[in-house]
Amino acid sequence: MRFENWNEERCNEVIVRHASQEGAALPILHALQQTFGYIPEAAISMVAKVLNLTRADVYGIVTFYHDFRLELPGQHELRLCRSEACQAMGAASLAEKVCSALKIDWNETSADRSVSLFPVYCLGLCATAPAGMLDGKPMGRLNLARVVRLLGRES
Amino acid sequence: MTPKLYIPRDSAAVAVGAEDVAEAFARALAHRDATATIVRTGSRGLYWLEPLVEVDTPDGRVAYGPVTIEDVNGLLSAGILEGRPHSLRLGLTEQIPFLERQNRLVFARCGITDPFSVQEYCALGGFEGLALSLSKSREAIIQQVSDSGLRGRGGAGFPTGLKWRTVLKAPGERKFIVCNADEGDSGTFADRMIMEGDPFLLLEGMIIAGIAVGARKGYIYIRSEYPAAIAAMNAAIAVARKERYLGAEIMQSGYTFDVEVRVGAGAYVCGEETSLLESLEGKRGMVRAKPPLPAHHGLFDAPTVVNNVLTFASVPIILAKGANYYRDFGTGRSRGTMPIQLAGNIKYGGLFEAGFGVTLGELVADIGGGTASGRPVRAVQVGGPLGAYFPKSLFDTQFDYEAFSAREGLIGHGGVVVFDDTVDMLEQARFAMEFCAIESCGKCTPCRIGSTRGKEVLERMRRGDNCEQNGRLVEDLCETLKYGSLCALGSFTPYPVLSALKFFPEDFNADAARRRDRKEALSC
Repeated sequence: MRFENWNEERCNEVIVRHASQEGAALPILHALQQTFGYIPEAAISMVAKVLNLTRADVYGIVTFYHDFRLELPGQHELRLCRSEACQAMGAASLAEKVCSALKIDWNETSADRSVSLFPVYCLGLCATAPAGMLDGKPMGRLNLARVVRLLGRES
Repeated sequence: MTPKLYIPRDSAAVAVGAEDVAEAFARALAHRDATATIVRTGSRGLYWLEPLVEVDTPDGRVAYGPVTIEDVNGLLSAGILEGRPHSLRLGLTEQIPFLERQNRLVFARCGITDPFSVQEYCALGGFEGLALSLSKSREAIIQQVSDSGLRGRGGAGFPTGLKWRTVLKAPGERKFIVCNADEGDSGTFADRMIMEGDPFLLLEGMIIAGIAVGARKGYIYIRSEYPAAIAAMNAAIAVARKERYLGAEIMQSGYTFDVEVRVGAGAYVCGEETSLLESLEGKRGMVRAKPPLPAHHGLFDAPTVVNNVLTFASVPIILAKGANYYRDFGTGRSRGTMPIQLAGNIKYGGLFEAGFGVTLGELVADIGGGTASGRPVRAVQVGGPLGAYFPKSLFDTQFDYEAFSAREGLIGHGGVVVFDDTVDMLEQARFAMEFCAIESCGKCTPCRIGSTRGKEVLERMRRGDNCEQNGRLVEDLCETLKYGSLCALGSFTPYPVLSALKFFPEDFNADAARRRDRKEALSC
């Protein structure tokens, strides 16, 4: 398991560790997501209390940013770039093939929970397009076979 | 002397196997009982040749590429450690035409040195600009930056010296330096390359800015899509603190300056400076109205310099070699060099740093070698997702701020994305609207709602529904977006949409819709 199970005490520890810096909201939310894999509902009120914000404020921050999610993703996180440089190299058709191979759509997790697919708008790998990222590792010059092989190597 | 192999750790090189190649070399060397040092560098920016492996020879570095793990044993047997012949041998790296034609000022060290070695950084002129700044008055540093003609490389092209002077003169005990490393434009990767390949350069530029305006703290806001750049900057900051280039008493001077990395969270709009400041303050990245300017009321309401990575990275050489040295590159009011990024469907994609003034046609056809697919070029988008699509008839446009804006385009952050003749320009226009809808912060109504309506109207045109009338509707909507939005996201989305409509009308009529139908029917 890449992430820890929900634990209030652990959550508090993570929040307190980052709370003293100026503009602490994003560093706290990043740390929580790295710990638990997502932003648990219960954590929102705890963050609000420490930062002296309302729960609505914190919920507003969490939902504004594409990175933060309210549900646990699958075992692996696959991101495929949908931006122009990758489009020019066939990203749309690659994404279609990956979706049908994994039997999922964007922002979904496969039935066996092995992989979640997320869109990303540019990874700065535009000269080695089409590009993607698997669990934070960059991938370039992608085709379906390469995506499947890299997924297989990680599991 | 132990032979040295240079293998990039740059994300794009790793994306095509550089990490595996480095491991394969290490294993094969151990297996053969051969000794060689493997140095991990940034990338030279010749991405079609990555993974590019270089070796020191008496004549200079010799390059081999693109290297796969299957090539490693053969290369060692052929004598790569002595720079001997092999089918992947490219000759002296510096003589590869793509590199030879450039004027690398900002990227002088990128791909050559170990990014975390202060010693190597200094050996190639690093921290000279900072050392000279320490003996200058604040006003003199800013004057030198002004005289160089440097303009903000993030896209807006605002004179850097003027911005710094405004912050210097703004009253306030606390001032900040903020580096915008939220490089979200598709087709751009120069900031990433600098942060991964020459991180001390960015730090040096920020320290000089801090000294010039009287700020003691700097933030680098890096997008979360760049994990390697985040790690590299954090590592470089730790080294710089240890070596007393950051912290109290920088280089035994009386100056104090420290830098902290903050990580974005996937919002494109946070590349807009006021939205970035909101995000740094821990809020939703909602755009602020200007005035007040960030230079007066920026981060935590304090006077703040917000500059792009490439702007800060251009400063050390200006201080080290003088304003005129930098100014003499370029043309008209666009002075110095511009790191241009060639991307998308292009044969020779990569980083091309040259003085302003090269034409778009030279960049795409000559330097870039045309498309990767081998098909004819149809459109080129310059300046990211908010940049215009140019047809071949505009290939004589010079790469500088004024020439592009005269033709209703923008150079933005210097990204050039090439499309071949299979591109459907209506689809590109539709995507521009969709992207604006996904990334809008929601503050301005034309951007928040107009983008969704624009996408819907273009989808109707895709079906061939009232194309002429709907085309006029899109133009009208773009007018509203352009003049009714606070920041560039809403007001520049019309650039790709209107340029696609204007230069590629054949993709927006009923005939095009019928062609699409036929194509779809055939592929079913």
